[in-house]
Amino acid sequence: MMMLARASKEFSGKLIAVEGLDGSGKSTQIYLVKRWLEMQDMKVFFTEWNSSDLVKKVTKRGKKEQLLTPTTFSLIHCTDFADRYERQIWPLLRAGFIVLADRYMYTAFARDVVRGCSHSWVRNLYSFAAEPDVTFFFKVPLETALDRILSGRPQLKYFEAGMDLGLSNDPYESFRLFQQRIHQQYESMEKTYRFHVIDATRTVEEQQQEVRELIQSHLDLPRFRKRARISLA
Amino acid sequence: MSKIFFGEGLPGVDQDELQGRLIVVEGADGSGRSTQIERLTAWLERHGHAIVNVGIKRSTLVSDQLDIAQKGNILSPTTRSLFYATDFADQLENIIIPSLKAGFIVLADRYIYTLMARDIVRGADRDWVESLFGIAVVPDAVFYLKVSPRLLVERNFEKNVVLDYWESGMDIGMSRDMLESFLKYQKLIQTEFAHMQQRFGFEVINGNRAPRAIALDLQARVARIIGGIPTDKQEQEIIKTPKLKLDDETAERAPRIQTAPARALSQSVEEVSV
Repeated sequence: MMMLARASKEFSGKLIAVEGLDGSGKSTQIYLVKRWLEMQDMKVFFTEWNSSDLVKKVTKRGKKEQLLTPTTFSLIHCTDFADRYERQIWPLLRAGFIVLADRYMYTAFARDVVRGCSHSWVRNLYSFAAEPDVTFFFKVPLETALDRILSGRPQLKYFEAGMDLGLSNDPYESFRLFQQRIHQQYESMEKTYRFHVIDATRTVEEQQQEVRELIQSHLDLPRFRKRARISLA
Repeated sequence: MSKIFFGEGLPGVDQDELQGRLIVVEGADGSGRSTQIERLTAWLERHGHAIVNVGIKRSTLVSDQLDIAQKGNILSPTTRSLFYATDFADQLENIIIPSLKAGFIVLADRYIYTLMARDIVRGADRDWVESLFGIAVVPDAVFYLKVSPRLLVERNFEKNVVLDYWESGMDIGMSRDMLESFLKYQKLIQTEFAHMQQRFGFEVINGNRAPRAIALDLQARVARIIGGIPTDKQEQEIIKTPKLKLDDETAERAPRIQTAPARALSQSVEEVSV
C-alpha cells in the first residue's frame, strides 16, 4: 500500500472543479452539469467539500466545541479531502470517470491563508492532489454574494462567519470581513491556477450554457459514456 | 533559551516566549519507552520540576475517532498521515506550546519522528512529510531507545500475547506471516531512524539493557540539559561514601554517626545545586 507522493497526472478520467464564495451559485451550476452528464449516460461522480463520513464527526465536534485552531482547522479539512481523494477521486479518475468537485483545494488555499496559515505550507499539504482539468471560478461582486447569503438573516455558525479570526464580535460583520478576504485570495489565484472565470451575476441559464460549452471544448465527451449501455443498445 | 520550529512554525506563536524544555523519547512498542517516561517523570517531579506528558493519539480533538478509523482499517495512507498530523497539531497548540510558555518540562512519548518514519517507509514523499511537520517545535533532546527487533518480538509477546497489526506493518503487505512482517517492518523503521538520527541529531540509547541501567543513562543525559539535578546514581554514591568510611575506619564509633548518610546527602545535594 503506497502513499500518494506528488500528484500524478496519469489517469484517463477528467477532473472538473468549481470554486467561489458562498452565495456565488456554484453548487447550483455543478449540480446542473452533473444532471446533464448523467442524462447522457456518462460515467460521472460528484464530490463535495467537507463530506467524508470518516472525518465528519471530528470536524463537527471541533467546530461545535470551538476546539479548532487555524492549523488543526486546515489539517482536518485536508484529512477530509485526502480521504475522499484516496478512496474516490483518485481511483475514479484512473477508472476513466468525470469527477465533479464542489470546491477543491483552492478553497483551502483561500480560507487557511486568511486564517493565518503559511501560504507555502498549505500548498505543500495538498501537493498530493492532481490539479483539475478545468476549474470554474464563479465570480460575483462581494456585495452580491453577501446579499444572497445575508438577506434572510440566517443563523451564521462560528467558523462559517470567521468568528475565530476575531475580526468583529458581530457575526454578520465578521462574515463580511472574512468573505472579503477570501474574495481577495480567490482573485490572487485566478491566473496562477488558470481559473475559468464565470460572471456569476448573470442568469442561471446563461451561466450553465457557458459552462457546458467550455466542458465540451475541453473534454471528448463520447469517450466517457458507460460501456454497458452502449453494448446493450 | 528560546525554541525554534522545524519549518515555518505556527501562526501567532512567538518563539521567544517558549521558555520550558521539550524532551522526546522515541522507540518502538516494547522498547521500554513508557516505563522510562514514567521514571523520568517521577525523578523530575521529585526534584521539583513541573512535567507535562504528551504522546501520539492523545488529543481531545481526534483521538477517539482516529481509534475507530484505525480499527476498521479504512484509512488510506495519506489520510492516516494527515489524521495523525491533526492529532499532533492539536496537542502542539493546546498542550505543548502553552506548557513551554509556562516553563514546564514537556516529556513526549514519541514525537513527529515516529510519524514521519511510518509515512516514509510507506512511500510518502520526504519533502511533503517534512513540510507537514514544519509546524513542530524542535526538541531540546531526542532519546531514541534502540532495541533489536528480536528482543522487541519477545517483549511484545510477553506484554500482549500477539503482535500489533500496525507495528508489524501488515498494511504494507511485505509478508502474510506476521512475525516475518514484524521483523522486516521494524528493520525498515530502524533504518529510517538511523537516517533521521544524522539529520536531526538524536541520542541513541541502547535499549537492550535492563530498565534501571537505561533509566540512569537517561537521567545523566537529561541532567545535562536541565542542570542542578542529581541522578539517582549520584545520590546513591553520596549515601555509599560515608558507609565505606564507617566500615574501614570508624567501625567502633558506629552508633554515633548513624545519621551521617542522610546529613551527607543533604549537604551534597546543596553542593550539587550550587
